[in-house]
Amino acid sequence: MDHLDELENQSIFILREAYKNFKNLAMLWSIGKDSTILVWLARKAFFGHCPIPLVHIDTTYKIPAMIEYRDRVAKEWGLNLVVGKNQKALDEGMNHEKGRLVCCEALKTQGLQCIMEEHGYTGLILGIRRDEEGTRAKERYFSPRDKNFEWNFKDQPPELWDQYKTSFADDTHIRIHPILHWTELNVWEYIQREKIPIIDLYFASPEGTRYRSLGCAPCTGTIDSTAKNVDEIVEELKNCTTSERSGRAQDQENTYAMQKLRARGYM
Amino acid sequence: MGNNGNAPDLSSRLLRLVIVGHVDHGKSTLVGRLLSDTGTLPEGKLDFIRDICKQQGKDFEYAFLLDALEEEQEQGITIDTSQIFFSTAKRKYVIIDAPGHKEFLKNMVTGAADAEAALLLIDANEGVQEQSRRHGYILKLLGLTQVAVVINKMDLVGYDEKVYSNIKKEYTAFMESLGIEAREFIPVSAKLGVNIAALKDEMPWYKGPSVLDMVDQFEKKPPPDHLPFRFPVQDVYKFDERRIIAGRVESGKLKAGDRVTFSPSNKQAVVKTIEAWSVPEQPSAATSSESIGFTLDEQIFVERGDVCTLTDQLPIVSTTFDANVFWMGKRNLEKGRKFVIKLNTQEVECEVVDFKKAIDASTLETLTNQDYIAKNDVAELTLSTRNPVAFDLFGSIATTGRFVLVDEFDVCGGGIITTYTPATKEDKLRDEVRTRDFNWIKSEIKPEERAYRNGHRATLILITGDPGTGKGPLARTLEHSLFQNNFQSYLLDRRNVNLGLGADLDDPKSNSESESARRLGEVAKLFLDAGHVVISTSNAFHQEDQADLKLLANPYPVVEIQVASQPTGEPDIALTLEEAQNAKDASHKIQEFLKEKKILMGHNYSI
Repeated sequence: MDHLDELENQSIFILREAYKNFKNLAMLWSIGKDSTILVWLARKAFFGHCPIPLVHIDTTYKIPAMIEYRDRVAKEWGLNLVVGKNQKALDEGMNHEKGRLVCCEALKTQGLQCIMEEHGYTGLILGIRRDEEGTRAKERYFSPRDKNFEWNFKDQPPELWDQYKTSFADDTHIRIHPILHWTELNVWEYIQREKIPIIDLYFASPEGTRYRSLGCAPCTGTIDSTAKNVDEIVEELKNCTTSERSGRAQDQENTYAMQKLRARGYM
Repeated sequence: MGNNGNAPDLSSRLLRLVIVGHVDHGKSTLVGRLLSDTGTLPEGKLDFIRDICKQQGKDFEYAFLLDALEEEQEQGITIDTSQIFFSTAKRKYVIIDAPGHKEFLKNMVTGAADAEAALLLIDANEGVQEQSRRHGYILKLLGLTQVAVVINKMDLVGYDEKVYSNIKKEYTAFMESLGIEAREFIPVSAKLGVNIAALKDEMPWYKGPSVLDMVDQFEKKPPPDHLPFRFPVQDVYKFDERRIIAGRVESGKLKAGDRVTFSPSNKQAVVKTIEAWSVPEQPSAATSSESIGFTLDEQIFVERGDVCTLTDQLPIVSTTFDANVFWMGKRNLEKGRKFVIKLNTQEVECEVVDFKKAIDASTLETLTNQDYIAKNDVAELTLSTRNPVAFDLFGSIATTGRFVLVDEFDVCGGGIITTYTPATKEDKLRDEVRTRDFNWIKSEIKPEERAYRNGHRATLILITGDPGTGKGPLARTLEHSLFQNNFQSYLLDRRNVNLGLGADLDDPKSNSESESARRLGEVAKLFLDAGHVVISTSNAFHQEDQADLKLLANPYPVVEIQVASQPTGEPDIALTLEEAQNAKDASHKIQEFLKEKKILMGHNYSI
């Protein structure tokens, strides 16, 4: 068993725990590489099936190629896709010019809140990883959120020996993070090994730039890169010293931006 | 799901290392230093921290690399455990920075539970403190014994060898009392980078390894492939034509064709296939820590919580056992209160029946005559579960010998199972039944063949209720009606068993009552083995007997028909007194239920 097998086995165990313990469970699919490998891992865990509905929060500012890829893959893999958006905020003209954090909170966090209420989901699977940024490094695999969606990072439940928090008071939900222990490099090595079809926005354009992390078009920048395929990305990352989310403008808004966003329910 | 060894090993194996110790002894600083000195940090990260420190009017804090929360940086303490990746020339690591404040012990446990090695920090200036000892004890309880002690802030004591030796002596004695031995005591200054990445000149009297050299010397635990096969069932899937038993191999190996037993139900079957999706080739075997799924050669009822093992390497099954427990709950762990125990995938109500020893984990002092433990303390105790659970002793198979305790919604304690002695009558009977089942000489005629011939599956129908509620007449009507419908029914009357088989039991009111129930149960088992629908009755106050009968009838199904004005427990059919009076209609209702449950299948059905 190599290190990718180890990561995969742990993630499958977590997905199965989530599926068994939550009646109303959904998985967030942002179309990015992390949540796409989550879908792949679910198909491994459930022997070719993905019995969990996939929620995509459409801010309408997503890069158009992402929507095309989403619909194509959903059809090919037979996925149950649920698309949610915060129509009210959009009608009122919400966009990043009103403030990046305000916009993220309205279109992503509240967009998610709307669809969770509508479907009554009590468990939500997300593809966040500890190595992305400091507050995510402190996350649990099963992480509770209260009725206002808030994350009480000062009083998290203990988690040991793969025994997770699976019982909770009404009005709360659990965020489940099956790939919390993976690194960005692991994700790409896994895509390489499993030959997972990934959206080509990650590959370098003829101009020599690529997306390293995907988000909304106005707030997501590209990096300089010549990596045109998965193999070249793996090589690039092995020698890389900048952080993955450096192209994500909302992270840089202020010192504790991500903590503040995440405490209020951001992914 | 392994790749059958076909996948190339893409990098060296990762080691999980936890940093523990008393609050303010410099854990986060040490980790920050390690990251910085090994060049693991992303570009701009140090400048970012430098800016935060400047904003807050502080000297540069390496700890801020991990203490990312605003509250942590303002107060200069670690609240929650953080996991950071780093690598040396030898291999990759996950460093788990655990908080040292007493309030956050649950976060320390979270961090340490999955680690393979630990660095325990002690401040040279403050010496051995409360959490230095408590963390040591918890590491031992978690089974984490690969430990090196780092004596930090040596710069504050003028790099004095004497200070180092005294702490080493004191803490060595403490660890000896726990039965663990530190790999090394390393004197350092994390803040100034002394003896972290390499040995520096400040302490020429120290000849051991630097912190970085030390961590490279820690060994990875070999996977428990050599131990008996243990597979707690996580779930059973039926997404397509396959019925797949899913779970993770906790220890040992499994291959297609192995005969397996599920505990505590004692059901047996043979593994037909090992299933996997999108793999280069279909696996035929599985080893420890693989999340797998398999199918069986026959459709036996298996559910989450069952522990699958090879038939000749069974786990212990019991409702009572001794354990060492540490407690993190806000409310006390006290005798008699109900908790939920989670042991692998088993989940059942339990309570503490005896506190053998309550211990203050920071001093190892015994808290005498105490029938509870408070937050942060540990105890040696006896637990009793509502239903039998399958487990091993922690010393034999660690992963199936440990559990957590849940109070209301939260995990509040963790424990390891130390000893098991069959104490209760039920435990002894269960052990006896298991021995009987595994040694039972099976007939050439399979139960399915008998079922085909008879038109029904062998089943024990137990009619329960108070005396005078009409159980007897109902049982006789049911026996007769089943017989008339061409089924092999037999009313096993307890009085008849006592007349002959129980003739040597003089006083049925004394202890021999349970013996009489045992004999009734064993006779029922023989009739069940012969394929009959066996009907018997039991008085409501003989609850214990009913439990024994069910145990003895295993693996055949038991259907309970309860006659009562107020049903208790969970009978399969509850009849009111009026309903039972009309034995014919009641008998009809019971038969409809048996048809619905596919116990009465009728003749000429195909299997």
